[in-house]
Parts: sequence; C-alpha cells; structure tokens
Amino acid sequence: MDMKPSKKQLALVIDLNVCVGCHACVTSCKEWNTSGISGYMSDDNPYGEDPTGNFFNRVQTFEVGEYPNTETVHFPKSCLHCEEPPCVPVCPTGASYKREEDGIVLVDYDKCIGCRYCSWACPYGAREIDEHQKVMKKCTLCVDRIYDEELPKEERKPACVMACPTNARLFGDVHDPDSNVSVAIREEGGYALMPEWNTKPANHYLPRRRTQRSINDDELVRADNPLNKEIEVSKPNFDEPSLDDSTSW
Amino acid sequence: MNPAFSVIFLTTLIGVGQGLFVAMVTGQSISALGFLPEQSNQYYVFGSIVVIGFLIAGLVASFFHLGHPERAWRAAAMWRTSWLSREVIVLPLLMGAVFVYGLINYSEWNLSELGITNGFKGDLALIVGIAGVVITFALFICTGMIYACIKFLQEWSHPLTVINFTLFGLCSGFLLATLIAQYRAPDFVSLFGGCSLVFLLLVLITRLWSLYRNSKIRHKSTLQSAIGIRHNKIQQKSQGFMGGSVNTRDFFHHVGPIFFKSIKWIFLLLVFPVAMALLISGMMQQSVVLLAIAFGLQYVGLLAERWFFFAQANHPQNLYYQTIS
Ligand code: SF4
Ligand code: SF4
Repeated sequence: MDMKPSKKQLALVIDLNVCVGCHACVTSCKEWNTSGISGYMSDDNPYGEDPTGNFFNRVQTFEVGEYPNTETVHFPKSCLHCEEPPCVPVCPTGASYKREEDGIVLVDYDKCIGCRYCSWACPYGAREIDEHQKVMKKCTLCVDRIYDEELPKEERKPACVMACPTNARLFGDVHDPDSNVSVAIREEGGYALMPEWNTKPANHYLPRRRTQRSINDDELVRADNPLNKEIEVSKPNFDEPSLDDSTSW
Repeated sequence: MNPAFSVIFLTTLIGVGQGLFVAMVTGQSISALGFLPEQSNQYYVFGSIVVIGFLIAGLVASFFHLGHPERAWRAAAMWRTSWLSREVIVLPLLMGAVFVYGLINYSEWNLSELGITNGFKGDLALIVGIAGVVITFALFICTGMIYACIKFLQEWSHPLTVINFTLFGLCSGFLLATLIAQYRAPDFVSLFGGCSLVFLLLVLITRLWSLYRNSKIRHKSTLQSAIGIRHNKIQQKSQGFMGGSVNTRDFFHHVGPIFFKSIKWIFLLLVFPVAMALLISGMMQQSVVLLAIAFGLQYVGLLAERWFFFAQANHPQNLYYQTIS
C-alpha cells in the first residue's frame, strides 16, 4: 500500500562507529516506558530459571571478519518507523497506525486484539506481544516525552537518546534536509536495514568508519634538510658549569 | 515460524466445511438438472448443519489465537487493506449463506412462492447455494492471501499458497461429503468420491510443486542486509539477552531436523496414498467405516500439512537471533 509521505518523519540515526554496546539505551528505554503510557513492559522471572519479557530496544553484538582481522560491531535495534510499514496495512483492527503528523508507527492498545499478525509482517522483529496485557507492543519513539512541554526543551528526546553516553543515537526529522539526522545520513553514509523489502525504514544506521591516516615514511623523517635545522647541537659536559650555575633568575 | 495450533485447526476445519458445502451445492445442482436422482431435503439440511458445525469449530479455534477475543468484532474494520480483516467478514457471511441455504431446504421454499415457476426443484435453494459457493471461494482466497501477502515470508509469498489451501479444502470436504452420501444419499457417492480423487491428484501436484519451490528458495535477506555490513564473514556474538523473548519463541519451530522431516513424510503419506486407498476401497465396498477412517486419517494428515506449512516458513527476523551470547 502506498502511504502518503508524512510531512515530518521523526527517526533515530544510530552511529555504529561509536556505539560501545553498553546497553544504557536498553535499560533507560525499559525504565521510561514501563512507567509511561505504553507500559508496562513485562519482566518475568528476571532472576529466575527462564527469564523473559518485553523490550522495545535491544543491543546485539556481531563480529565481522576473521581472526585476527576482526571488528566487533554493537548493533542497537528497535522499530525503524518505516515509511512504508508492512506491519500497518495487515492489521485487521486498525490498532496499528502510522501518524500523519510525524510518521511515528504506534499501536492503540484499546483496539488491538492480540492476533500477532503485524509481528509476522515486520521483517525486523521489532514488535513483541505482551503476554500479560495480550496486546502488541513496540517502540513509540517516546511519543510521551518528545512533546512533553513540562520537560526542559533539551530533554524532549527519546529516553534512549538521552541515555547514550557516546552520542551514538541521534534523533530528528529525516524529512528536513537540514536536520542533524539528515545531515548525518547524507554526509556519513547513513543506510537502511534490509532495503530489499522496500519498507523504507526511517531509522538509519551510520557505518563503522576506520579513522586511518595514510602517512608515507618520508613524511615522518625529513628526507632533505636544507636549513640544517636538525643537526646535533653540542651540549656542555656534566662537570662544566652551565647557565644555571652562574645566573640567578 | 512457530506453528500455532489455533491457526492450524482454523484453516483445516473451515477448509473441510467449505469443501463440503461446495459438494452439497454441486450435488443439488446436478440432481436438479436431472443427471442424478433427487435427494430428500433432510439430506441437504443435515449437510448444512455439518458445514456450519465445521465453520463454527474453526471460528472457536481461531479465538484461541487472539489475546482479546472479546474485541474480535473490531477486526472487520480494515477490510480495505488487510486480508485478515476480509476473512473476518467473509467467514460469518458464509455461515449466514449456509444457514439460509439449510433453512430454505428445510422449509422447502421455492421461487414459485414469489410467483416464478420453472422446472427446477429447489431453485431458490440453488440460487442461495451458488451465491454461497462464490463466498466459499472468496473465503479460500482470503485465508490463503493472509499468508501469501507477506512478501518476505518467501515460502508463502506465492499463488501456490492460495491454490493449495483451496484444493486441500475441496479435497477433504468432498471426502467428507462422500462419507455423508454413503450414509444418507448413496446416489452421490461416486460423484463426490470421484471429485475428491481429482482434487487429491491436483493438490498432490501443486503441493509437491510448492515443496520443490521451497527447497530451491534463495532468501533475499541475509545477515549482511540485516545489519548492513558488507562482509562475507559475520557472526553474531550476542542477541542482547540471555533469556527468552517473543522473538525467539514465535518465529521458529524449535524441533529437530528429524522431527521436522518426518512431519513432511507423515502428511505426504496420510493425505495422499493412505486416504486415496481408503477412499477407493470404501467406495467399492460401500463402507461407511472405511470412508470415515479415510476422512479421519486425511484430516490428521492435513493437520500435519498445515504444521509443516507454518514451520517451513523462514522469517527474516530470525537473522537477528542466531546466538544467545
Ligand atoms: S520496523 Fe517493523 S514494526 Fe517498525 S514500522 Fe517497520 S515494519 Fe513496522
Ligand atoms: S496484534 Fe494488534 S496491532 Fe497487531 S495486527 Fe493484530 S490487532 Fe493489529
């Protein structure tokens, strides 16, 4: 189904280059949302035999390459608020919807019948049914924070973005070409996940970038030295008086 | 995917009901045309009750799949975009049509009550019946499309899904019709049994075709496209949690390869050669018992078939959940 492009499309841009895999976004997401409008987020047997529960956001770890040429990539994953979300048209009740005004994909818990069809229709596994409330849950982009006028302006951001210690999570409007997120996507190679399904994810990822300088050997040692700047300067012997012995400053 | 028994029962039970209804209407049309002897109205009433029984049983099974069955009526809202919503509308519509069909047969109403006379017995029932058959096929399409419309479940995303759902439903429904006919209307036995065999052979071809297609599928999503890193060697080191989650439970069948393969052979055996042999010998010996066993074993085979249908589908989200830690 073709959706009209929303005027605004809020999204996250996740910088894999600086994510250190600390899971601060995971815990702050759970903390904020379990007590927010989209809560609670179940947490069964957290210290027991078979723990399980809901998360809107997970951080996974991948190893790229073969030893010794490996790189560890920490990879946070949450709903990508797709611009063509396959999860929305399949919902029989209309509980799943994409907001016109800012492109956030949400679930109306009062309409959801818990049929799980939308979670089958999300290729990214971003939707998790709540086994207690029996409704579908997913990342809301902290829709209850970002417009809250009670909060100071700089805190009107998703909880995960606030928590990230390395600033690996940027938040903004990807339809505004001058926003921080659009600039980052454009200038730092932002890409979308599983582009093969044309879901047009709003969230983007910035790739790992090696900070590497190419230096030639002759840039380290001066090959020619026309002014003889680097000849050895003769030093006085240790037992000879130096300037320090004769002068008081 | 992890097969959900509620959905397995829903799709197989309504399939039987739909097939049986098509059989009843076919039988009534052919006898109205004079090619087969007329049957009593009670026979059609009895058939309609059985059809409605199967449809209701399927509906009840589907409710076990829902987190909030009390809100199921809401699911009719999004028929413009959702095949599931369309199914939710068409299923009760079919129940209504079958009910009216049974009622007309019961009351022996005819078009002559409206002042229209023609040579056909049960003309009004036939009109409703044929409309019901159209609805039946619409329901087959809705049910199949629920699965076939998800592009990235590549095992399902093909017209064969709809075709197989339809043919399996017709085959098992006509088999049940043969059984009922043996018991109530022996004139119809060879018609229904013959049709069931034809559908059986057709679905044997299309199901083997889909099994072949599935064995050759190259999945478009890879770990590379899932995380967007171009490298041939990527290994997951952690999925982000040690416990379980919906993502690790719902999208994979969690059985060993031997169990998985044996379900395939069980359904191939029960649905096709076993049911076929029992059906043919049941028809030849005019034995209700043999036909009942044929239907029962084929239905068990269909449950296995549906289980395998779900289990064989590879959801791309599994790419993100390969290694616990
Ligand atoms: S990531 Fe999944 S749940 Fe989120 S909008 Fe896209 S398809 Fe829907
Ligand atoms: S689980 Fe809820 S939100 Fe998802 S498709 Fe079903 S009714 Fe819609």
